[in-house]
Amino acid sequence: MNKLYIFLKYFFIVVWTVFVVAPFLWALTTSFKDFQSVNGGVTYIPWVDFEPNLEGWKVLIKSPAKGGVDIIEPYFNSLFVTCTASLISIILGTLSAYALSRYTFKAGFVKNNDITFFFISQRIMPPIVLSIPFFLFLSSINLLDSLTGLIVVYIVLLMPIAVWIMVDFFNKVPREIDETALIDGCNPYQAFLKVVLPNSIPGLIVAGMFCIIFGWIDFFFAFILTFTEVQLLPVKIVALNSSVTPWWSLSASALVSVAPLIIVAFIVERYLSKGNLSGAIK
Amino acid sequence: MDLVANNLSYKPDDQYHLDEVSFNFKEGNLYTILGRTLSGKTTLLKTIAGLLTPDSGEIEFDGKNFLKVPVWERNVAMVYQQFINYPHLNVFENIAFPLKQRKIDQSIINEKVMDALKSVGLLGYENRKIQELSGGQQQRVSLARSLVKNAKILLLDEPLVNLDYKLREQLREEFKNLFSKGLADETILIYSTTDPRETMELNGEVIVLDEGKVLQVGPAKEIFENPNSLKVAEISNDPPMNIIEAKISDNQIRFEGIDVEAPQHLSKLTEDGLKIGLRSSDIELNENGYEFEVELAEISGSETLLHLKRGDTKIIVSIEEVLNFKIHDKVKINFKIDRAYAFHADGKLASSPFGGLNG
Repeated sequence: MNKLYIFLKYFFIVVWTVFVVAPFLWALTTSFKDFQSVNGGVTYIPWVDFEPNLEGWKVLIKSPAKGGVDIIEPYFNSLFVTCTASLISIILGTLSAYALSRYTFKAGFVKNNDITFFFISQRIMPPIVLSIPFFLFLSSINLLDSLTGLIVVYIVLLMPIAVWIMVDFFNKVPREIDETALIDGCNPYQAFLKVVLPNSIPGLIVAGMFCIIFGWIDFFFAFILTFTEVQLLPVKIVALNSSVTPWWSLSASALVSVAPLIIVAFIVERYLSKGNLSGAIK
Repeated sequence: MDLVANNLSYKPDDQYHLDEVSFNFKEGNLYTILGRTLSGKTTLLKTIAGLLTPDSGEIEFDGKNFLKVPVWERNVAMVYQQFINYPHLNVFENIAFPLKQRKIDQSIINEKVMDALKSVGLLGYENRKIQELSGGQQQRVSLARSLVKNAKILLLDEPLVNLDYKLREQLREEFKNLFSKGLADETILIYSTTDPRETMELNGEVIVLDEGKVLQVGPAKEIFENPNSLKVAEISNDPPMNIIEAKISDNQIRFEGIDVEAPQHLSKLTEDGLKIGLRSSDIELNENGYEFEVELAEISGSETLLHLKRGDTKIIVSIEEVLNFKIHDKVKINFKIDRAYAFHADGKLASSPFGGLNG
């Protein structure tokens, strides 16, 4: 029984690992292939099945004049926009969520829950519905085709996620902890910063992760709201595609674009596995 | 420095949490707020702490309007019934928190925290995480954090209710010692509880609270001996005092076909709708007594609680030993009738065996 359990456990771990890792391996090998190796039948192992070359990767850093697609600038644009928008969203979202969790708001029939729902309802609408107002809005304040404009739009898209996750989180932190902080001599701001926030790190991490993921992978708004001045990575990657699908450079760009998310995931995983987050609050 | 409240009312929804509550608490004394759940005990403590603002009424402390002082400047301490500590800090940091907030010298903080740890019996635990402690230990940390501040007002909101029986007894004993020797003479100690036994053991001034109203104020002994109404008698006894609808005539208490000779303090009461109150411990099993039917028998600790019935009259008898009864068994009981209370039809005390409102 016990042996069977161990066998099944490892069996599923192996199956799942193959499931997760295989696409990456496939992308990695493909990125070193040329036209012949991709289209000339099935090839897996470098130097045996095919001769690896760096053409796929070189395309990503070559200037367009030399027939490449320079993704370095879009890459850093994407990093900058995602990080800035996520950070601002987390800060604003956490503050709003705390207020929504701890204070009672009432305007006619609108109460706390309605306000929380209003935030998340922004995400229920299909993006296409928002695209026209966003376009007109940004053009009226001259922020079309700019990093600032994109950051503004991304904050609108990411903050609801932060609010939603953090309201739920704060609701689980006993109010008595805030009250005890007040009794122990903290003013409300100190109570928030010294007691509530340190106990909300797990929630902040989850909210931050979602913001970064949704910001980083957005293609639609980056595509509609930028033209020539500013470009983000997802849009640039699509521009790689031409009459002949360049699997090698697409694979390379896929790996490059997924890298930051993998790094974030590893950091968070390390932090979570230290165990100083679980069970912080009963 | 007295804590004086005048007509505090708080009504957040359609129910009063506090209804015209007034009191005058003097420094160096222990006050017990006794009331059932939802009677407004926590609301009252939170109002004193400043966490709630009453709809109307005043609180003065040391002659100054307390309502104008924000919580963080009131110098109060509070222990909750849930074990509330700061989960992100260890035991030492938890207790040091209020002192750090006052920007006190680190060496003095160390000294005070160690003193507090010693007084709650947690020396050696200072580097533990809060989550690693048992419920009782967590509550001790919470208590230490409130002691370390030398607060002028110390509020304890049912601090023992979430602990198991044995720990509760033990901590209650420690509390009593702490209260009697450890606290400075200028502290006002306010302790809320649902447990009449705890109230009697703490032996302070008791405020009986029900549905936000103060029903009776007095020393624990006085509340126990002369409850001014049926409600107080119910709240201040566990199990609640037995209430029997009876008639007194010809010096006899009559109910359910039973005639008992009325003791002197009840003999003159002949009005209609009279209710006789008798503690469950003032009824005993007796071969020559009156027959009742067992509805339920529960054993709690070394006690047996018998729920009995005769006609429409239901009573609870507590017996100081463990006995087994079956449902529908017949038992014979006798009343220690000279310890009976009488209440008017409106619930007010008519007569008590301890001399309250005789005749």
